[in-house]
Amino acid sequence: MSGWTHHQGLAVGMAAENIDTDQLIPARFMSAPRSAGYGRFLLHDLRGPDFPLDAPGAKGASVLVAGRNFGSGSSREAAVYALVDAGFRVVIAPSFGDIFAANAVNNGLLPARADTAALLPALPAPLDVDLDAQTITGAGQALGFDIDPVWKTKLINGWDDIDMTASYRAQIAQFAAKRREQAPWIWDTSERNANRGTAPTPGRPS
Amino acid sequence: MRTLFDKLWDAHVVLTREDGASLLWVDRHYVHEGSHHAFAKLDARGLAVAEPALTVGVADHYVPTRRGGGITDPDIARMVATLEGNAARHGVRLFGLDDPRQGIVHVTGPEQGLTLPGMLVVCGDSHTSTHGALGAYGFGIGATEVAHVLATQTVWQKKPARMRLNFHGTAAPGVGAKDMALHWIAALGADGARGHAVEYAGPAVRALSVEGRLTLCNLSIEGGARCGMVAPDQVLFDWLRARPHAPADFDRAAEDWAGLATDAGAEFDREESIDMGLVAPVVTWGTSPEDAAPITATVPDPARAPEGKAARIAQALDYMGLRPGQKLTEVAVDQVFIGSCTNARIEDLRAAAAVLAGRRAKVPGMVSPGSTLVKAQAEGEGLDRVFRDAGLDWVASGCSMCVGMNGDLVPPGRRCASSTNRNFRGRQGPGARTHLMSPAMVAAAAVTGHLADVRPLLRGRA
Ligand code: SF4
Repeated sequence: MSGWTHHQGLAVGMAAENIDTDQLIPARFMSAPRSAGYGRFLLHDLRGPDFPLDAPGAKGASVLVAGRNFGSGSSREAAVYALVDAGFRVVIAPSFGDIFAANAVNNGLLPARADTAALLPALPAPLDVDLDAQTITGAGQALGFDIDPVWKTKLINGWDDIDMTASYRAQIAQFAAKRREQAPWIWDTSERNANRGTAPTPGRPS
Repeated sequence: MRTLFDKLWDAHVVLTREDGASLLWVDRHYVHEGSHHAFAKLDARGLAVAEPALTVGVADHYVPTRRGGGITDPDIARMVATLEGNAARHGVRLFGLDDPRQGIVHVTGPEQGLTLPGMLVVCGDSHTSTHGALGAYGFGIGATEVAHVLATQTVWQKKPARMRLNFHGTAAPGVGAKDMALHWIAALGADGARGHAVEYAGPAVRALSVEGRLTLCNLSIEGGARCGMVAPDQVLFDWLRARPHAPADFDRAAEDWAGLATDAGAEFDREESIDMGLVAPVVTWGTSPEDAAPITATVPDPARAPEGKAARIAQALDYMGLRPGQKLTEVAVDQVFIGSCTNARIEDLRAAAAVLAGRRAKVPGMVSPGSTLVKAQAEGEGLDRVFRDAGLDWVASGCSMCVGMNGDLVPPGRRCASSTNRNFRGRQGPGARTHLMSPAMVAAAAVTGHLADVRPLLRGRA
């Protein structure tokens, strides 16, 4: 994944609040391998003639401007794959589901937190997103956005966590040894209670 | 002075970078069929699973709940086989389709004693918050993070803010953990606890059984919380002691666990209170868990809604096929479902059976136990007979009608009273209309054919 600091692209608006991950990609599509491309599943069951992403002026959009609590719900990273594979690089919303936002950053998609009320009526329109300066300009608007500094650095550098963590291998091994001493039962996953069954749950009402 | 969450956090920090990101050690990592993206990432880099002994696989999301003739859908068969292949190749223990301990990951893990107090638990599933009921730090992660945990047994996190949710008073009869959860989410919003680690506290939480605590913590994510937790106590230890994977020296471990409580005077970033006197049996009317109201209420009127909310309410009512001002108890249902990691443990089934005993359901429905062991226990107690005699289908364990990826679907336009956790558009199938409620309330809807207050139906029972 390569990093980026600046993005110019067509922005489309979807004012609805609580666009959850089940909307972003319905569960029935998630068994497909990623190589098949997830873009066609994006917001699949909301699509139709009145849908903002299907409007003639929305073709080629790469910035999505949305309502509060975008990406709430499940941890399915496929929701982010659907956006990224459909060409989106930035989502701007007043708030995001936490897991969605983390997943987004892991795929180079910027979850930019900003009040979108003034922006929405002006869309579709081209926007300029400066990740470094944390600003959005265009459509007659200029506004700042919030992003966790850790995520910002990660997006700008295009860091891959597995590679980064590899450099801490010694500390992890040391920690694991200490943990094993403190709480050895974590590693002891043998079947102790021979019935292999659950202990009946107490409290049966009479 | 530290909060419970501070203690859990501190015990897992391998290191903290200058920018504030911490690398946390993972004690237990659950994987399921949906983890195929993560295993593919691992394979693409030629990496092995770092700690197979701390990784546990469960087949739940895609498994059919009618298991007579094997798996007929080739797509589903492939998903289950992929999990089996990944687990075998990486030496990860798997509770597969035919294992007597198979079940929904958030039911099976605690039930097996594989989740224990003080652990950091992750899974590629947002309802991993469930495990906090055992005094653990459990949270859901995405596929990239799952691959990272598989490869390194660690996860990068920034410390969430701490929030305590105090439930004062006692639960009225007919009111349970599901009602408490939907009540607070309605009060604070579906993103009300966003960015926070929530500790549930207060007398009404203490009074909950472990199963009730699992339900309460399960729904933390529906209020936007990063995780939810309850401090361990004797009730928990009694529940855990005889679990198959409980520590050999249980008392020594329990001594450690007893320290997992918020110190007197420790500070939270935020505190909220719920008065149990205001918590009634709750149902949802809309398409977000925050769209919840007491069963005695009416469907909200967008015209009277606060500015900014009206459009969303109107859209939700349109999707749900409801009229503003309509009494919730007048909403007829087409079918019912009891199941999911939220409400399919043994006590949930007992609560529903207490309402259904000697009664007939007016609509069709399905009961899917949270695990194969819960199914066996329920059958031992004769609960399956109660469900069947009422006219409901008694099926095998899995995510079933919670998620619409395993063949169990609510047809378009149909209305389902459901003990699950998400009433999102299309969650139970395209066009499905979901009303969330407790298993006892689902039973009440079954016997009346409409959304109904369970309390009168409990008179002289349970
Ligand atoms: S029962 Fe539903 S919420 Fe729970 S793990 Fe399965 S799909 Fe997720």
